[in-house]
Formats: sequence, C-alpha cells, structure tokens
Amino acid sequence: MNHHTPHPSSLAGHPAADARFAQRRALLAAAAAGVLGASLPLHTTRAASPLQTKARIVIAGAGAAGLTTAAHLAQRLDGARITLIDARKPHFYQPGFTLVGAGLKPSSYVVSATADYVPRGVELIEANVAEFDPDAQRVTTDAGQAITYDFLVVATGMQLEYGLIQGMDTDLIGQHGIGSIYHGPAAAQATWQALSEFADRGGRGVFLRPDTEMKCAGAPLKYTFIAADHLTRRGTRGKAELTYNSNNQALFSVPIVSEKVRMLFGERGVHIRYGRVLTAIDPGRRIATFKTADGLEEQDYDFIHVIPPMRAPQAIRNSPLPWSADAQPAWAAEGWMEVDRGTLRHTRYPNVFGVGDIAGVPKGKTAASVKWQVPVAVDHLVAQIQGTTSDALYTGYTSCPLITRLGRAMLVEFDYNNNLMPSFPGVIAPLEELWTTWVMKTMALKPTYISMLRGRA
Amino acid sequence: MKDIDITVLFAVFYEMLGPLLWILVVAILAGTLAFGLLLVRERGLHPARLVRMQFLGLLGGAAALWLMARVSSSGFTDAGGPVDWLLIALVFVLGWVGTSVILYTLVGWLGGRLRCCPQAG
Repeated sequence: MNHHTPHPSSLAGHPAADARFAQRRALLAAAAAGVLGASLPLHTTRAASPLQTKARIVIAGAGAAGLTTAAHLAQRLDGARITLIDARKPHFYQPGFTLVGAGLKPSSYVVSATADYVPRGVELIEANVAEFDPDAQRVTTDAGQAITYDFLVVATGMQLEYGLIQGMDTDLIGQHGIGSIYHGPAAAQATWQALSEFADRGGRGVFLRPDTEMKCAGAPLKYTFIAADHLTRRGTRGKAELTYNSNNQALFSVPIVSEKVRMLFGERGVHIRYGRVLTAIDPGRRIATFKTADGLEEQDYDFIHVIPPMRAPQAIRNSPLPWSADAQPAWAAEGWMEVDRGTLRHTRYPNVFGVGDIAGVPKGKTAASVKWQVPVAVDHLVAQIQGTTSDALYTGYTSCPLITRLGRAMLVEFDYNNNLMPSFPGVIAPLEELWTTWVMKTMALKPTYISMLRGRA
Repeated sequence: MKDIDITVLFAVFYEMLGPLLWILVVAILAGTLAFGLLLVRERGLHPARLVRMQFLGLLGGAAALWLMARVSSSGFTDAGGPVDWLLIALVFVLGWVGTSVILYTLVGWLGGRLRCCPQAG
C-alpha cells in the first residue's frame, strides 16, 4: 500500500458520513446483543418505491461488487434494463481463502454459483468485456457482442499477475514448498498441504506482499501468523525461521496497525525485512530473489507464500478509464479506474462508476469496501436518472479481521485518513487479539457477505 | 431513507442457519407458549423441579460452548480479552437457561401426565 496519495478533501465530519456511522454502530450493537456480531457493517439503502425508468445499465463483472450492485439496482429501479457481464460461472467467497489455506475449511466452503445471486429481472451475459468505449457508451464482449448503455458500472475486479514473477507458474502452487492462497479455492487447498508439510518439519518460511495495490492487504500478514501458530502447535516452531518481506517500509498502510503487527511479529519471532519485492523464484533450488534498494537478494526457503503483483484487467488498461500518469502515476501504471473517492463516479465520464477492486481509490480492496461503496455509487446513479443529486459519501471505511493466531483476530476497521473506526468502541478494542473477532470471522462473515450479494445487508 | 432494518439481521441469520432458523423460531415460540401455559396451569413455579432442571441445564450450557467451539474451529481457551469472557458467559448462560426451561416445561407437562395415569387407571 505504498501508493496512497493524500487527497485534498477531508471526509471527516461530513453529516452523511456521521449519520451512517451512527446507524452502523446501532445495528452492530444489536448484532452483538444477538451473540453473533457481524464484522461487515449492516444497513440498507432502500427507496420507498422503485423508480420507473427505461435506463440501460451495464454492470461489467459479476463478482462481489457486480452482484451487490445488481441487487441494489434491481431493488431501486423498475423497468430498467440491467445487464451483468461475466464469463465465470462459479462464485468465490474470497474472504474464506485464508481459512481454506489454514486447513480449517474445505475448498467447497468458498465456492458457489454466480447464477444463484443474479437478481430477478437482471440479464447475465456469460462473457467477458473485451473493450470499453465510454465515449460511444458501449462495451464489446469477447464473443463480439456490442452492448450500448446509458450507465456503466465497472466491477471487473483485478488480475493476479503471477507471470510477472520470473519462474513462477500457478501450476507450481502446492509443490516445491510453494503456496499462494490468492489463486483460487484449489490453490488455497494446495497451499494448506504445502504449509502442513512445512509445519511437520520446520525449516525456513518466507512470506511477502507485492509492490502493487492489492486485495485484502491483511492476508499476507494473516498467513504468516497462521503459519507460525501451526508450527507452534506441532512443536516445530523451534526448528523454523520465519521471515516477512515487506515491499516498503511498513507492514500495513495504517501506521498504528503497522506498529501493532510489528510488535506481534517481534513476540512471535518473525523476522521482518523491509523494502523487498519478489522478482523471481527458482522452484528446483528453492530460492526466491527479491529486489532491494541495494540490488538483488536471494532467500532460500522450505515454504514460501507467493502473492503476485496485481493490476487492472487488460480491457480496462487499454481503455480511457484508468487514472492518467500525470494525476496518479502508480495507479495509472496498474490501470486502476479514475473515480472520485467519495462517490465512486468516474471523474471524466459522469455516467460511469467503478466499484470494488477496480476502483482507483486509496485503501481497501475488500468485501467490506464493496459493502460500503456500492450503496453510495448506486445512490448517485439513481439520483442521476431522477435528475437530482445525492449526498451519499464513501469515507473509505473498510475492515479486516486480522487473524493473529488460530482462534484469535484483531478487528481492524479504518478509513481513508488512517483513522481507526471501531464499530464497538470500548468493547471490541481494534488492536486487541480476541476470540470474539475470530468467531465473527469464522461464523458471521460469510452469511453477512452472502446477504450483501443478495442486497439484504 | 436509510433505515435500520431488522430484516437485515434476519437475512444474515437465515444465510447462516438456512431453514433451521425457522425451526428454531417455531421451537422458541412454541416452547415459550408451553412454558407460559404450564405456569398458568400450575399457578406459579414448581421450586423443587426448577432446581433439579437448573442442575441438568448446566449440561446444556456446556453443550452450547462445545457447539460454539465446533462451528468456530476454536474454543474458549482462545479467550484473549474481557469481551471474550463475556461472550463465553453469554453462550453458557443461553445454553443453561434454555435447557433448564425446556426440561422444566417438558417434565411439567409430561411428568404431570405420567403422574395422573396410574391414578386414572
């Protein structure tokens, strides 16, 4: 998260934002009273009656952000022609990948079907968008189908670029001590096998994060903590040396969280190396090569958790939608969409919105971000159809149940300004390792996520 | 327009439990009704039976903690702060009170019927 750029406008103290947090706290308190809290904040945005319209709305991408957008639009509009475009039939509950990789859940835990969440009245085209032409208000699929729109919501997600690490191939995941939970459910399962073998023997464990924006920036840290705990439980911690390689000079983009993680790594005996970016891997010799300020550095490993560079899909990078190199050089290079960080509306194309991982905003590319971005973007879109304006504002709120050992996690919630935004101040301390937070992560998060996809949370 | 909606909580619990949620809701309503009717029929609580069932209910509290540990892939030994002990106490108390009330009600209705039968015969 080294590309965060300060934004001139501050969202703190905005009436809409304050009201929303008050609502969130009230409802989360209610959830806590019901034994189970929900770490994704809950609220609904529903109009009294759906707005009549003939608007043609295209949603590119049917992952968490696309499906949630479709659900909200279907609830708020009547008569609109809403088209979801995505080729992938299975839906992945990505926040569960860490639990699969930790050996706690089977890979089936994170797999369902996209079609199960497509709202009634919304058309799903099983293809990918190959070309975005926002000037002509048209997208073209890889099957050659051109679709014109009045409004476009881009929710394509991102691309994992394993190929940018020399010698790395996704087929290697689960072999030669190589793991990578990000690649998908099967890879997360294979990563668990590799970690389990490592935990039996001990040796040298190497962990890292990429030098790009990434989804769930807490996951590299979580997986390091999980590995340390498995080694401890199997009595092999003394035979293992764990190293976490950070791409920059911090462990997490929020300084106070970064410091807490540094302290925990110190307690658990995890060595930290700053300013290391994985550039190559030699599976045969089990050597990882990192770029550092002083040149290349080789680290041998018995287990390595590879997290690849991430960037926008090619169709977005080839379109006029990303940030320009003048305004945001790093985001331009990775192709993230140029959207207003408070409204998620494209800065140059007012009928285009970007939500989820593809949005070029600071902070979280997480399910919690989706939860809070989508109602804001949809509110602005609906207001535009109505010819009015909306004061809905996304403050950058996101959350991360940061697992620090099996059975405990820290509920880290924050916003664009690096402020901690605890939902239960004084009850669930954000930097405290708690079983309660772990219970939320393992029990309440998935049902909350699925409710979000259905537009009910 | 952005109202707090209890249906949201219900939706989350429905995703968590599926049709079991309806079964639980019906069971809770029916159990409460049966308990209330028993109180009316017996004109109050039956102290000796209540104490016996509270003892048995302790097993229900333990079972609730066991169930929680199973579904969360963890256990109360993972408690790390005050809120964790509150949650553990809450889970135990819910299991304890729930089991006590269910057993009290079952014994109240079925036990009463069993007592009545030899007399009727």
